[in-house]
Amino acid sequence: MTGRLARTARTARIRILSSVAAILLVAGCTNYYEIPIETPIKPKLDVSAFQRVLVAGFIAGGTDDVDGNLETTRLLRSQLRTKSDLRVIDTDVLPLMEVANEDKGAPQEVKAEPAKTNGASDGKEGTDGKKEGTDGKSDSKAELRGEAPQPSTPDKAAVIKDAKDLEPYEHLFADVEYWKRIGEEYQNPLIVTGTIMFTPHQRSGIVQREEEVYDSFGRRRVVPVRTYMERKGYILQPKFIFIDGRTGTVMHSENFREEVLYNANQSTPALSSYFELMDRLIPSFLSTLSSQKIKGTRVLLE
Amino acid sequence: MPIRTLTILLLLGASAAPLAADARSDAKKQVQFGIAVAQRGLWREAIYRWERAVQIDPKYAEALNDLAIAYEHEGDLEKARVAYEKALELEPNNALIKQNYELFKEINDRTTRKDSQDSQNQNP
Repeated sequence: MTGRLARTARTARIRILSSVAAILLVAGCTNYYEIPIETPIKPKLDVSAFQRVLVAGFIAGGTDDVDGNLETTRLLRSQLRTKSDLRVIDTDVLPLMEVANEDKGAPQEVKAEPAKTNGASDGKEGTDGKKEGTDGKSDSKAELRGEAPQPSTPDKAAVIKDAKDLEPYEHLFADVEYWKRIGEEYQNPLIVTGTIMFTPHQRSGIVQREEEVYDSFGRRRVVPVRTYMERKGYILQPKFIFIDGRTGTVMHSENFREEVLYNANQSTPALSSYFELMDRLIPSFLSTLSSQKIKGTRVLLE
Repeated sequence: MPIRTLTILLLLGASAAPLAADARSDAKKQVQFGIAVAQRGLWREAIYRWERAVQIDPKYAEALNDLAIAYEHEGDLEKARVAYEKALELEPNNALIKQNYELFKEINDRTTRKDSQDSQNQNP
């Protein structure tokens, strides 16, 4: 047994030495130059056909402390505004949960109406942003019915506690007619929608952390210590769906999952955890619509 | 008669070696110039030089390696793959070309995965 182990170790050593020797041999015979390169990666989606993007809103659930629908819509709009070439349509968030609920029983016309107040809150969209009534105001049926605009419905979102609760609403994303009508209303933009689950989470177990210790001579050392720890945090599970506003069909969808855990004694506001987790996802989200560059180093040979 | 043919063949064979050496030497000049301009960020010019080098000496693995890097830098991943693979075919044991190719493959695989995901999404 010991003999075999020694032989294996010797073989491994020989392999390492031979690969190092091979590299040295090649390097010795040829002149080589390390060079930094940036590889451009094309966006996952070809969005060249669109000039405008509408972040329509999300079906959100999980904790009541964060309105996943509103916060995600705001965040994505601001990111797209600064980091993509598409013009962001600034309008109220569509009440997708209501639409999905109405979709089950209500007639077709009702479900197709977003509850928006105005389509030109940045002042740019008024002329070309959306169709307007003859008096220049929104012709939304919700408004015509005299209902107050509902940008988000946190009370209803509370009903969705886990991913399974989202299933009854998923059919809305496949409703081609609905999205086509939204597309027509906003002049055929690329539509971004989906689901957001932001749930509290806790876990206990052995964790390794670093601890400062001082020896008898007063010298400081940092040693790894394994301790049992109660931790709590959040899990963020967004699903981003990209819909072609011209046809109402889903072009692309992507699921993400990120989690963060803190010491149980530490009190971190839910909203700050939400932004911490979204920060990790944003580059992937943006790479769907715009190109990115991957930095690396290669070796040029003579 | 056969002796004369044999002599001609021998003469041709003997002259082929210096010709190949000349080709390599010409190609090497292009490669060196390509490296100098690439280091100054002039990748288009570098591509032109390395393409010339490969035309002059199609068996110059190092030139193909450099060309692959330049294609990678320009985002032409398919051309880069072909050039790397040719270089490795010529010098399968060249550790530096292998290393470059492995790094390239990581990026290339990622984009290929994206493409297949996209087609799955479009044709569920």
